[in-house]
Amino acid sequence: MATKEKLKYERPVINKINAGVTDKFGMSTKMEIIEEIDSVKITDLLNEYGSPVFAVSENTIRKTINELKQSFTTRYPKVQIAWSYKTNYLNAICKIYHSEGSWAEVVSMFEYEKAISNGVSAKKIIFNGPDKSKADLEKAINNGSYIHIDHFDELYDIIAISKTSKERPKVAIRVNMDTGIYPQWDRFGFNYENGEAWNALNRIMLSEKLDLVGLHTHIGTYILTPSAYGVAASKLSELAVKLDKKYNHKIKYIDMGGGFASKNTLKGAYLPGKDTCPTFDQYAEAITNAIINSEIDPQNMPTLFLETGRALIDDAGYIAGTVLANKRLASGRRSMIVDTGVNMLFTSFWYEHEIYPAQEVSSHTEDTTIYGPLCMNIDIIRSAINFPLLNKGDNYVLKRVGAYNMTQWMQFITLRPNIILIDTKGKTHVIRENETNETMTALEKIPEHLK
Amino acid sequence: MKIKKNIAVSESGFLFDSNTGDSFSLNETGKQIVKMLNENRSEEEVRNYFLNNYDVEEGTFENNFNDFINMLQNLNLLENEG
Ligand SMILES: Cc1ncc(COP(=O)(O)O)c(C=O)c1O
Repeated sequence: MATKEKLKYERPVINKINAGVTDKFGMSTKMEIIEEIDSVKITDLLNEYGSPVFAVSENTIRKTINELKQSFTTRYPKVQIAWSYKTNYLNAICKIYHSEGSWAEVVSMFEYEKAISNGVSAKKIIFNGPDKSKADLEKAINNGSYIHIDHFDELYDIIAISKTSKERPKVAIRVNMDTGIYPQWDRFGFNYENGEAWNALNRIMLSEKLDLVGLHTHIGTYILTPSAYGVAASKLSELAVKLDKKYNHKIKYIDMGGGFASKNTLKGAYLPGKDTCPTFDQYAEAITNAIINSEIDPQNMPTLFLETGRALIDDAGYIAGTVLANKRLASGRRSMIVDTGVNMLFTSFWYEHEIYPAQEVSSHTEDTTIYGPLCMNIDIIRSAINFPLLNKGDNYVLKRVGAYNMTQWMQFITLRPNIILIDTKGKTHVIRENETNETMTALEKIPEHLK
Repeated sequence: MKIKKNIAVSESGFLFDSNTGDSFSLNETGKQIVKMLNENRSEEEVRNYFLNNYDVEEGTFENNFNDFINMLQNLNLLENEG
């Protein structure tokens, strides 16, 4: 055994100094280090649960949803959040949101049944999306869930069902519209400007078999302009006022959908997301001003529903992992191969994900391309980042990966890792076990002649 | 392997090429290697020094060392051999 304590090794580098040239963001490249998440050491996490590993902070989830509530409830009397299941539908995660009072927002029967099994009352489920079969609709109607109608074919299905069902369907329509942002999402719901939305509302009212309870929109995702929400809320309020005038009918809620930006940086963005992302207060100000200043009868203010997804959970998710190798490309560029691939980091197609060393590093950095471990050319985590000189076996942490990755990930080439919840006391729990070969072959069948 | 004569290296790891006016920064380990090359130490000696004094495996160091020497060559900082 060596008696002398050895020096910490860092691979030797030489960098040309370009006087006066700063990086793209015009900021210093001093690297933050993440050695722990909510007081849990990254090295402990990796030793116990393997590498890579997803870690979700219960603390951050609870803190963030309470910030959202605070921003809206201080400006508007009735606010209800519905957890957007597709963003992250691990049962443990959903149950945290439900324990904070969130309803469930689902877009398929799979998600609907997940919400039921998570103990959500069917009367607190919002059923969105273009894909609802007749059987799905019958079930949701009989259970008294809120159905947000996407298109006329769905509306006619519901009217047909209502003729025989005991329960009156509780419905809203999804409205798409021009809010001044590009791209304008027009594939979901009924258009406002061309009168389609008003037409759908009239058909619902005239059918006399449906309870028109709300108006819904989801203007897009990662919307950086709060004023677009102001425009959308004004247009929905306008429809509410017209319904009151024509039918003396008062809707119970306005649902503004999701779409608030998270602090991630979009690919191609010039400034980091944490500097450009609007605050919940800014979104709340735009939305609540529009509703309060509309012609809606102040005695009958609708409840404001929110289906915020990524902005609620992105910051709570991390991936910790290990450097597999360093390599010099033929072009002379440094590349680093890590054990997180795009198969488990779907959002790397949209975001320049923040990545940090998980142990002490010197202040030296090198322009680096970070690749995932898949044998695929598209497997790039960061195409160009000034990054410290991690060695093979060193650890790193990817930040803000809580939204969409744990639902849109795919089993490809390799197995998916453990997902850990760090509870509010700093205790760790597996909330989804790592896959094994058995998990993957359980559904496969071999025809007799190939056995 | 030798660093060119027109190149000055400071204690802090700052390297200046008086022919081109380019300057470079070295990290600790890079500085150590350049220092030893300047002292006319052999590749063998550099390798032994690192394996004895640093927490690094032979294969890793070998890789990194070759890569580093390549970089020095590309940046035109090494004396032409032969
Ligand atoms: C209807 C609906 N509501 C809410 C959301 C959540 O959106 P976000 O994650 O952008 O907040 C989505 C996402 O696609 C959606 O389609």
